[in-house]
Amino acid sequence: MKPHARLSSAIRAAVDRGEPALVAFMTAGFPQIDKFSEHLQAVASVADVVEIGVPFTDPMADGMTIQRSSQSALKQGVSLKWILAELAAMQRPEAPLVLMSYLNPLLQYGYVRLARDAAAAGVCGFIVPDLPFDEGDEFRAALAAEGVALVQMVTPVTTPERLARVCAASEGFVYAVTMTGTTGKSVAVPEAVIEYLARVRAASPVPVCAGFGIRSADQIERLRGHVEGVVVGSALVEVLERGEDAAGWLRGLRGGR
Amino acid sequence: MNANVKFSVAEKNALLEQELAGRFPDARGRFGPYGGRYVPETLIPALERLEAGMREHLHRADFQAELSDQLLHWVGRPTALSYAPRLSAAWGASIWFKREDLAHTGAHKINNALGQALLAQRLGARRIVAETGAGQHGVASAAACARLGLPCTVYMGAIDMERQAPNVGRMRLLGAEVVPVTGGDQTLRAAIDEALRDWVADPDGTFYLLGSAVGPHPYPYLVRELQAIIGREARAQFLERTGALPDAVFACVGGGSNSIGMFHAFVPDSSVAIIGIEAGGRGTGLGENAASLSYGWPGVLQGCYSLLLQDENGQIHETDSISAGLDYPGVGPEHALLLAAGRVHYESATDAEALAALQECSRLEGILPALETAHALHGAKRWAASNPGKTAILCMSGRGDKDMPTLQRTLLAGAKP
Repeated sequence: MKPHARLSSAIRAAVDRGEPALVAFMTAGFPQIDKFSEHLQAVASVADVVEIGVPFTDPMADGMTIQRSSQSALKQGVSLKWILAELAAMQRPEAPLVLMSYLNPLLQYGYVRLARDAAAAGVCGFIVPDLPFDEGDEFRAALAAEGVALVQMVTPVTTPERLARVCAASEGFVYAVTMTGTTGKSVAVPEAVIEYLARVRAASPVPVCAGFGIRSADQIERLRGHVEGVVVGSALVEVLERGEDAAGWLRGLRGGR
Repeated sequence: MNANVKFSVAEKNALLEQELAGRFPDARGRFGPYGGRYVPETLIPALERLEAGMREHLHRADFQAELSDQLLHWVGRPTALSYAPRLSAAWGASIWFKREDLAHTGAHKINNALGQALLAQRLGARRIVAETGAGQHGVASAAACARLGLPCTVYMGAIDMERQAPNVGRMRLLGAEVVPVTGGDQTLRAAIDEALRDWVADPDGTFYLLGSAVGPHPYPYLVRELQAIIGREARAQFLERTGALPDAVFACVGGGSNSIGMFHAFVPDSSVAIIGIEAGGRGTGLGENAASLSYGWPGVLQGCYSLLLQDENGQIHETDSISAGLDYPGVGPEHALLLAAGRVHYESATDAEALAALQECSRLEGILPALETAHALHGAKRWAASNPGKTAILCMSGRGDKDMPTLQRTLLAGAKP
């Protein structure tokens, strides 16, 4: 199975079990660089997909929590090269992995070499918040050569024509940003968001995962049946930051199921 | 010349030809290889609306009439072109100043702030956000918003708030909310990140009034169009006064708005040497300066593909300059293009050289220039030494009152109170 298909099928498998897939985000090497593997295993033991954040100096789409975790990881020496080497060397979890990175670290690594090294390290997809669809051809082509997905983001303000175009080009899953704004703020899930997610699902050939501002079991319960998956980011980073049990907290998000 | 970026002679010529033909930015918002629109998906519709609104209004007669009226009666344009007799005598070449320091609020920034605020009003914006480094763009935005009755929020790095304290007070008196940015490097770059985050939260009602010729398309073009009045006026004034074109023009380059405004009208004049001066800080090593055209290589930062000061992992590097307005690790994409095309020569001046030039200009010409401008002054002095008797216009981009806290600590340290 190609990496991007592994990603889609892990999400669909959760849906088949009757629950939205849990996509869990953690900043690589945060809070401690030497516990990266341990934290990854703990998160992957519950999550259906793990999104690993590559730290960047200027995370413009992220709120305070992920800005802080990125700064800390950078200070400890985390880089894309280090992450790929760690992943390649470790006993990797079963849950498929995606890397979340701003564009510049990827650009400097070199797209073709990156696609090859990422595939070899078991990475199934990339999420790049500052690479909108229109600028993505070159990176998308490099990833496609290795079967790795470039996950596209859509938002409540994405126009219908654009939504159709972006979804049609998506692999792995479509990342439906639930609100305008940066990551990390808790939001209610109003009816308008449910309607928006229905529009995204209608346009998307691959599963749809909702993210930004999702922190509680109640929010996830509200989204049940309306999306194939949910992305939990800042809240999990805060759990790790406090040194608490990440796997236990993630299980709690599933309402004890 | 930047050793990190290599173009063949044929490529250089092709880029220059297209720039001269007005083909940049192209349909994808590119100046040759540079530029583009690297932003979160949330901002794409807002940038598309801005681009459409800009194309509809910017060059329309009624918009231009309103802008011209405000520039004439409120900003005080056209600004003077001053001959600098004593500096000319001291340096050995004929030096002229395009006096943007005389524009309302004390710098060229008002040209862009006013133009964008008028555009925001036409596009129905409910509020304006802006970033500021030296505080000049913040003050200009606050003033333009007060003039037009628009609420204004300005993000400013905590370090810059300290070194440009007088401007923080000015912004507040003009009715703007000034928000300190304590994340990131606490200077201009962090302020832009924070302004972008604010805009991402309300892309429909908020207008981001970006202060330099950087960022995602269409900002580099929009800012250049609004600043190009500097070079247009200077060129016409110089021709009228001397009957000829200058041998050279100078401007300081941070993000690059006063410089692109000064240079644009002169790019087709092949007899005119165009020289941009970056912040050389305290040395040539990574982290010791803010000279991205001299030492950077291509990458993506804050919406734009251009030359950046970064490490081998693509992390953006902290910069160092005595001048808050030049303290930025990137540069506008059109400057990167003009470097690639070989049309503009970029070099740098150190903190110490800028301070000495500021002192010299103040004493000999009765003009206290901004620290940013002082970098260009040093560049002109260096050029004059090897071009005796020639003529040059320098963009006096702003006045130095705002730099008093820094000048107290440096040039005036040890002076009796």
